[in-house]
Amino acid sequence: MKFNRRAFIGTAAATAGTLAAPTFARADGHGKPRVVVVGGGAGGATAARYIAKDSNGEIDVTLIEPTRAYYTCFFSNLYLGGFREIDSLGHSYGTLASTGINVVHDWATGVDRDAKTVTTAGGYTIPYDRLILSPGIDFVDGAVAGWDVSAQNAMPHAYKAGSQTELLKSQIEAMPAGGTYAMVAPPNPFRCPPGPYERISMVAHLLKEINPTAKILIADPKENFSKQGLFEEGWNKHYAGMIERVGPDFGGADVEVDPAAMTLSIDGDVNNVDVCNVIPAMKAGKIADIAGITEGNWAPVNAADLSSKMDENIHVLGDACAQGDMPKSGFSANSQAKVCANAVRGALTGSTVFPARFANTCWSLIDTNDGVKVGATYEATDEKIAKVDGFISETGESSDVRQATYEESVGWYDGITADMFG
Amino acid sequence: MTELRITTALIVALSTGATIAHAEAGGDAERGATLFRQCSGCHQVGEGAVNRVGPHLNGIFDRPAAESEGFRYSNGLQRAAAGGLVWNYESLDAYIQDPRALVSQTRMSFRGMDDQQERDDVLAYLRLYSDNPQDIPESAPTAVAVDHEVAPEILAIVGDPAYGEYLSGECTSCHQASGAATGIPSITHWPAEDFVVAMHAYKGGVRAHPVMQMMAQRLSNEEIAALAAYFEDVD
Repeated sequence: MKFNRRAFIGTAAATAGTLAAPTFARADGHGKPRVVVVGGGAGGATAARYIAKDSNGEIDVTLIEPTRAYYTCFFSNLYLGGFREIDSLGHSYGTLASTGINVVHDWATGVDRDAKTVTTAGGYTIPYDRLILSPGIDFVDGAVAGWDVSAQNAMPHAYKAGSQTELLKSQIEAMPAGGTYAMVAPPNPFRCPPGPYERISMVAHLLKEINPTAKILIADPKENFSKQGLFEEGWNKHYAGMIERVGPDFGGADVEVDPAAMTLSIDGDVNNVDVCNVIPAMKAGKIADIAGITEGNWAPVNAADLSSKMDENIHVLGDACAQGDMPKSGFSANSQAKVCANAVRGALTGSTVFPARFANTCWSLIDTNDGVKVGATYEATDEKIAKVDGFISETGESSDVRQATYEESVGWYDGITADMFG
Repeated sequence: MTELRITTALIVALSTGATIAHAEAGGDAERGATLFRQCSGCHQVGEGAVNRVGPHLNGIFDRPAAESEGFRYSNGLQRAAAGGLVWNYESLDAYIQDPRALVSQTRMSFRGMDDQQERDDVLAYLRLYSDNPQDIPESAPTAVAVDHEVAPEILAIVGDPAYGEYLSGECTSCHQASGAATGIPSITHWPAEDFVVAMHAYKGGVRAHPVMQMMAQRLSNEEIAALAAYFEDVD
């Protein structure tokens, strides 16, 4: 299926907004079944790729993703630490397009669940038999007093990778000697539970090299965090005296920022900071809300096939869904996408639907060749995706084990990005 | 193993290639035999050696790359062979030092051997099975490094490749479907039996990797067989 913008706009004008045939014929009644995927990250790209690959052309797959180059959030902390180039995190959709997926670089701005169509900012209306939403995260308005998205240049979140990540790094590099990098950590649940703390590790690694008297201040609303024992052991070992974390007992949940004055107030105490990395509370990407399938901040789904609890023709993957026990991670989204792809294919073409099974592993880098990991397997129950079994790196592991873990994580990056983008 | 060392010395004495003579002068085939245990999970050498996860290595010296009959080579190695790669001391030395540096898309999942002396020892050992195959020691072949006994009835299970293809989604979040190995081993085109043995070794805790133990522990015997069948013939 080719997408011809000029012809399409002509049709739209002629029919006064009924953007239907011929380019995107209505699915019901004739033609191949159509799957539309919104969001080209770990969930969406994987789902699109697997449905197209495994259906051997029996299903038309359209992937709507605004960016032409996707920068993975996973491993973006390693760029901050100097372990990766930013270009190594960027991926194009060329291979997916060349394997028959209709890749539309546009914003999905509307979902008509009765007509079963998605509309885009560019003015297209695209019909679906099954819609897969994998929009990632957005930030909760007003989550951090004094901060909104218009302040993201002064106080970057860098929690959607790309220009924000580059901005944050340049700000850290420009810190005065002995200056302060502050992070406002997010409340649960949020994308990549170890992510803020791996980031602290990578920022500390960079500062230790270029600005060794600099300080790191974390305001954290959570009592505990992922891999806490491993991170704290590593921080004491590699970055002693550099990192201060203020938990909720001491006002870590009571913060306010002033992007103009570059201050961070914790429990009323005003701190002058040089970099302020604000990672606000998160919610499902906007399109999930627009589709009307969210409850609170997230989109509840059935465990067996990631279908929305509010619309059986819509599936929600990855960070945006509320599914149960899996952490919000690229690995989880990739795992969920393959279960979803199998179920969607079965529903549309009658192919065999195998039982759902899920897994996740998250690697984190603390310092050079000091990698740790945590992982678990999951199954679908009637209520949720439920944890079956898990493991975590141990404190006090040998440097050989930690190096092997890091090298494994590099291999994993190549593996999962090949699995997403072909 | 004293005979081995004498044989190596003879080869060196008779060798006309200066580089080879230099290299192998320092190579201890007996130590090489011990070091080869790192390789024997995938490669057999010696009497009765056959292709397994990797090709057998009898007669490897002076053989053009990717020419072991019946072995399914990676595209990378086939390209290298088309480009004229021949296995000799220099190329083998470079390959075991860093496989991907020589053949970027090799499926050989080996992080490399940094130590020159160790590489010389391994090559001295391998050389025995190239120059004088008739001198293969009377003891049992080095072959078949089985790290875990699997019951014959489990090995006899015929896996369903279609189910294996679905299950493989759990593998390809880390292991590349193309067979490329860049920090996580390749698992494509293994003989099904080797695959089954390896997975049961993880499942039984004989192999130590925590992720693999976790993944293997919830795979049934039939599911392991299905994965083995799928990955053996995956495109």
